[in-house]
Amino acid sequence: MTDTAAPKLSRKDFSSDQEVRWCPGCGDYAILANVQGMMPDLGVDRERLVFVSGIGCSSRFPYYMNTYGFHSIHGRAPAIATGISTSRPDLKVFVITGDGDGLSIGGNHLIHALRRNVNLVIILFNNQIYGLTKGQYSPTSELGKVTKSTPAGSLDYPFNPVSIALGAEATFVARSIDTEREHLAHVIELAARHHGTAFIEVYQNCNIFNDGAFAALKDHPEANQIRLEHGQPIRFGADHERGVVMGDDGALRVVDVADVGEDRLLVHDAHREDASLAFALSRLAHTPTGPTPVGLFRQVERPTYDGLMEQQLVDAEQRRGRGDLARLLAGSDTWTVGD
Amino acid sequence: MSKTVETLESVTIRFAGDSGDGMQLTGNRFTSVTAQVGNDLATLPDFPAEIRAPAGSLPGVSGFQLHFADHDILTPGDQPDVLVAMNPAALKTNLGDLARGGTLIVNGDAFTRGNLKKAAYSQDPRGDDSLGGYRVFDVPITSLTVGALSEQELSNKDKQRAKNMFALGLMSWMFSRPLEKTVAWIEDKFRSAPDIATANVTALKAGFAFGETTEMFAHSYEVAPAHLPAGTYRQITGNLALSYGLVAAAERSGLPLFLGGYPITPASDILHELSRHKHFGVRTFQAEDEIAGIGAALGAAFAGNLAVTTTSGPGIALKGESIGLAVSVELPLLIVNVQRGGPSTGLPTKTEQSDLLQGMFGRNGEAPLPIVAAANPGDCFDVALEAARIALTYRTPVLLLSDGYLANGAEPWRIPRIADLPDLSDLVQFAPSPNGDVFQPYKRDPDTLARPWARPGTVGLEHRIGGLEKADVTGNISYDPENHHHMTELRQAKIDGIAASIPPVAVDDPDGDARVLVLGWGSTYGPIHAAARRVRNAGGKVARAHLRHLNPLPTDLGEVLARYDRVLVPEMNMGQLRLLLRARYLVDVQGYNRVHGLPFTSRELAEAITGQLAALTAPATDEASP
Ligand code: SF4
Repeated sequence: MTDTAAPKLSRKDFSSDQEVRWCPGCGDYAILANVQGMMPDLGVDRERLVFVSGIGCSSRFPYYMNTYGFHSIHGRAPAIATGISTSRPDLKVFVITGDGDGLSIGGNHLIHALRRNVNLVIILFNNQIYGLTKGQYSPTSELGKVTKSTPAGSLDYPFNPVSIALGAEATFVARSIDTEREHLAHVIELAARHHGTAFIEVYQNCNIFNDGAFAALKDHPEANQIRLEHGQPIRFGADHERGVVMGDDGALRVVDVADVGEDRLLVHDAHREDASLAFALSRLAHTPTGPTPVGLFRQVERPTYDGLMEQQLVDAEQRRGRGDLARLLAGSDTWTVGD
Repeated sequence: MSKTVETLESVTIRFAGDSGDGMQLTGNRFTSVTAQVGNDLATLPDFPAEIRAPAGSLPGVSGFQLHFADHDILTPGDQPDVLVAMNPAALKTNLGDLARGGTLIVNGDAFTRGNLKKAAYSQDPRGDDSLGGYRVFDVPITSLTVGALSEQELSNKDKQRAKNMFALGLMSWMFSRPLEKTVAWIEDKFRSAPDIATANVTALKAGFAFGETTEMFAHSYEVAPAHLPAGTYRQITGNLALSYGLVAAAERSGLPLFLGGYPITPASDILHELSRHKHFGVRTFQAEDEIAGIGAALGAAFAGNLAVTTTSGPGIALKGESIGLAVSVELPLLIVNVQRGGPSTGLPTKTEQSDLLQGMFGRNGEAPLPIVAAANPGDCFDVALEAARIALTYRTPVLLLSDGYLANGAEPWRIPRIADLPDLSDLVQFAPSPNGDVFQPYKRDPDTLARPWARPGTVGLEHRIGGLEKADVTGNISYDPENHHHMTELRQAKIDGIAASIPPVAVDDPDGDARVLVLGWGSTYGPIHAAARRVRNAGGKVARAHLRHLNPLPTDLGEVLARYDRVLVPEMNMGQLRLLLRARYLVDVQGYNRVHGLPFTSRELAEAITGQLAALTAPATDEASP
């Protein structure tokens, strides 16, 4: 390193001067610390980072980042971020959303951003509840959930965010947990280096309105976290005694390794073009109450929307020359009126 | 056989036929040639919302009206003098508009029993006296076309399809329009299908020859070129002019243009047009819905682009929350509403100007924004530049109102010189560095009250904005009661302050002693102007003014209104500008309000003005009653 090189930034450099206002004990703190902590290693100048959010507890996130930030309106962050990213390929744009913001009011924008493969990192904080509006059930709440708006239990079947992202043609889909510091940091870093839309679902505890929603995974990590690792047989448990196999009917099952033998275990391939195995993995647990896969489900290369748009502009200029306003206005059919 | 040529000052022609008969294309071609011979002109396409209603049915009728003259004209004509009806349904739906004694050309071949039934005719109108008041030419257009193409190896269906070119040829003869340009156009359009090109050219020439040689037509007509101001002209529709205005605004400001939109009638053509100009660096984004269209545009504005979203009334309804966000974050953004008939889906292909109050007030909270409106197709170009000027100077969303009539109507347009266009580059001032110890995104320019535009990528300006109320100057979230009131006043003051930059009202009052003022906005410009001419020609005195800026209004408007005994505001809505004027100036403005989905005729407006003149001298009624 020479004397003139800029000093390496630290987590502090990415913290804004705004007081963080989430409830004490909220899982959001851990995610914020994680993102701030990982920023210095990303190698992107601070002024080129933009955080865009919608509405909800998680959407306060941009205020706490000392970067460019846009706290927008409910559900619309992917649309706004798409405008930023496609018009400014030099920026690195993050979308912070939640299960209500991203999957309910903003579901349409989320799936379309994913299929277009816009250069975005979308982090969806899934706490399976509406926090900011004080505790109504969300589109990821388990069926039958009793909340203020569902005293007799909710009637709607929950979404599985990873399944949705895979169904929406996402090129990068991952899942992590607020309290799993290293795992989360690793997944976010992978996402930030991906070209195209990277989607991360983070299980986030809302200790006020839905405490313990992910207790199965947090209290019994070895028994219930199926850590996906590319190129490795999918197995878990304190002694790696459990694993995932594909049955003769094509369905994936959790089994005791001893019953089937190691050779039968499914080897995880995150880079498979075909998303059906990743999808099948996402179906192993519809809500995280038992063994649930976490980590990178899928990462494939596909041209990005912003890149393709930029290319069309470059091609057009090469083919037709830089636009000439006078020529455009004149068109081909003119006539002249004399004095 | 040589025929006499009669000279006319102005003519209004309407082509009407089935949606599948190619009437829009025929009308557009006739318009192009008419522009080329130097007539002034205005057009009114009128087509159904259905893409293909059942053939021969009444809802499937598509029409195209063209008014051309040897002098400057302002409207597409109140009543056609000539009606070309390609089938019974077209006759049925259009005959009522044809001027008494007018020329009617019908395609006799289309008057089959089946078509008559579909048009709800119990008997063939050509056989009864219902057409008695017109000069009727019953021409077997279809069979003459097929006959002319007998040598060609084409299916009968393809041959019949060329009948609109036969009709165009006949009209070209009747009004002394040359064929060369149309021939060249056909050959270019059907370059990849030379058979079809030949068939269309043959049909066109056959129609022309038919007029020239048959004894049916005794004479043809000529309309001399109009004396328009010197310059180079082209024909332009409102949507095209608006698209060019946006490209020009980008070029003149030095900013890249970004359009976020979603297909909607009658605004889609702007999206289509701008998507063709990528070599100007124009980015077009067809979003998943209206909300994403404006969302992406707002994102692009934040990122430092000249950002636009284009839509029609229903789309504005969906964008409402995002427009509020744009008001709150104070970024430049152009919002184009090509208005159509409402409420709800309403009349998608028909014109109306009933979204003014939606634009003024259609948001939650106190959310003022500037509104400008185009007066005629060519004016859409200038208004786009003006909207950009306001947006960039004041860092605010601006609503630009056009409508279905302007969008699709065409007129000659004097092509501006680039050097004469406003230079917008000085207005683009991205904040270069922090304006205090730390960057303060809501520290305003003392003159314009605009806040700094801080482009991401600029070192030291990292900042957060959003829809929550912001503290004055710092832009930090603030729930302070006094601050909220203060910020509300500031946002309003900024918009009100725009009035200082707009010209005073231009009143057209030839003798200076009129006591009645007709005030308009938007596409009623032509009909109001033409109506005022009619009234003046008949000896009436009337003053006329037109508003381009609807919010804020010109500062002298109150004084102008006060100078007249009566003020009439014709609007294609139920009195929206009138409501604003009455509230603001406490003036008893009168309205003339119709929502027919069509532009006003100059005749009906002349009658409305005459009514106001009569009221000046009539003994007072309400006021005098005990
Ligand atoms: S309500 Fe729940 S999600 Fe929201 S800040 Fe509090 S703990 Fe976190």
